[in-house]
Amino acid sequence: MLKKITTVASVVLLSALTACGSGGGGASTGSSGDTITMGFAQVGAESGWRTANTKSVQDEAKAAGIDLKFSDAQQKQENQIKAIRSYIQQKVSVIAFSPVVETGWDTVLLEAKRANIPVILTDRSIDSDDTSLYKTFLGSDFVEEGRKAGDWMVANATGPTNVVELQGTTGAAPAIDRKKGFEEKIASKPDIKVVASQSGDFTRSGGKQVMEAFLKSQPKIDVVYAHNDDMGLGAIEAIKAAGKVPGKDIKIITVDAVKDGMQALANGEINFIVECNPLLGKQLMDLAKKVVAGEDVPARVVTEEGTFTQEQAKAALPTRQY
Amino acid sequence: MKNRLLWPLIALGALLVLNLVFTPSFFTLRMQDGHLYGGLVDVLKNGAPTLLIALGMTLVIATRGIDLSVGAVAAIAGAVTCVHIGGSGSAGTAFAGMALALVLCAVLGLWNGFLVAGLGIQPIIATLVLMTAGRGIAMLVTEGQIVTVNNSAYRQVGAGFVVLPTAILISLLVLGLVALATRKTALGMLIEAVGVNPQASRLAGVRTRTIIWTVYVFAAVCAGIAGLMISSNVSAADANNAGLWIEMDAILAVVIGGTSLAGGRYSLTGTLLGALIIQTLTTTVYTIGVAPEVTLVFKAVVVIAVCLVQAPKARAAFSFRKVAVS
Repeated sequence: MLKKITTVASVVLLSALTACGSGGGGASTGSSGDTITMGFAQVGAESGWRTANTKSVQDEAKAAGIDLKFSDAQQKQENQIKAIRSYIQQKVSVIAFSPVVETGWDTVLLEAKRANIPVILTDRSIDSDDTSLYKTFLGSDFVEEGRKAGDWMVANATGPTNVVELQGTTGAAPAIDRKKGFEEKIASKPDIKVVASQSGDFTRSGGKQVMEAFLKSQPKIDVVYAHNDDMGLGAIEAIKAAGKVPGKDIKIITVDAVKDGMQALANGEINFIVECNPLLGKQLMDLAKKVVAGEDVPARVVTEEGTFTQEQAKAALPTRQY
Repeated sequence: MKNRLLWPLIALGALLVLNLVFTPSFFTLRMQDGHLYGGLVDVLKNGAPTLLIALGMTLVIATRGIDLSVGAVAAIAGAVTCVHIGGSGSAGTAFAGMALALVLCAVLGLWNGFLVAGLGIQPIIATLVLMTAGRGIAMLVTEGQIVTVNNSAYRQVGAGFVVLPTAILISLLVLGLVALATRKTALGMLIEAVGVNPQASRLAGVRTRTIIWTVYVFAAVCAGIAGLMISSNVSAADANNAGLWIEMDAILAVVIGGTSLAGGRYSLTGTLLGALIIQTLTTTVYTIGVAPEVTLVFKAVVVIAVCLVQAPKARAAFSFRKVAVS
């Protein structure tokens, strides 16, 4: 009986091995020739923005004829590192990923470098002294987004203004940078003060719960600055439950411009949204082709994005893709 | 019994006093649009899902089991309901969606029960299957998107008020029903018997399998209702984040409440206190303004402190009446 099982097991194992072998062979001919294989390690699906980003990458890969291997890390760095390691083992032609947090990537990226697999960072950057670990970083300038939000705040503040901040996931690049850019701009006006700042983890529930607590602990709140639309939408719920009118009694500034956020902006519940464009799939595929072909690419590629006021949102909403 | 609940009670009191010191307005209650409004009300409302899941978890743990899949089940419930409601604003669709979700959750509970009682798989492994796969199912249902709904009937479950938040009323109702069913009948004793020694209780004529099966279905239905609250609170189904790590909060609530993970004796009042402590802790972090970078450390310190004072050795050291130990 036992012998039988071991025979079956070894047959299964052997066939699995040969399957791997042929798969590997296909990939290596692929990288030298026509098809490019890309391993993409996504952060997760934590917000509407992220799912739009995922869809853009998947659609554009198909359009560009690139074989995409996609993984979802559910906001955990160890999952992302595992995914990248498996891409290295599968010998993909290029690895692209949005780092969950800024630090701790050196080891795994060094492994990719030794395996001669180029790495492209998308959307979020990493904090490393060794810039040779990746070819290029494609994404938004989060500090600039924070500055745009700060500019609007400074231009629209009348008298002393108390701001509460709903931060993104602690340690994430967009949370750190959007905070930094905003603070940089409002520093010019001592009237504007950030009176409380907590992490709402980029989610609606988080934003709502933190805002509920702020409404009780802060005697006067004039403006909410949320690091993404979803937390802003949660804050709107909390403000309504407190018997105040979002957009009027308490003004709201958010970053992202996803559909639900734009809808709220058009309805007058949000006052200003700084766009953070998730549709970077096409740019990513172009960069991937260049990198695989060995062409030089700039170390930093910034996605194009603007800002929206309530009127602009009404005009833009019907043609919004995400 | 009373002695066991003393320390959780003191911990909860200490947290509330901390809030009072930092934000004197924390205990202020006022009427707002016909319902109570204030910091304590928030604690109750946001703590309702954890309490509900912890209730189901208490019974599962009492049978020497554990259910890690509750967070994923909560996400599935929210996802199914929101997708069913879609753009509809009618109360009928909302109730149909919720009923559909809860039936599905009961089926998922049956699955867990089948793995544990039917196949005899270790509960931690058996429910791990659904913990991992369940979130995938929820993502599949929502197609990876956050589904936003606009349905006033559905809003009532998690964000509505009947003077007090509807969510906490539902949780307390379930708590009352469980207390009646397990303490006024033999059911509670049978559950404890299964937890203390499954073989012995089976030989004594207790239908061990049926009881284990029942507690897993109950835990899944509780998780389902909690999932409805979580998603209704923000009128959206977020398959990726709804109920994320809530199984840990629930297990913690049960443990803080003095129920042993080894099974057997359990305390529903303890679970209630445990759930309230956890939510008060979260709210405290926001109100007293602990920096986000140190939030987890702050929470860990409080939880360790609460668990330590409950350890028999620590309690013996604290006890002024040394004779009372016997």
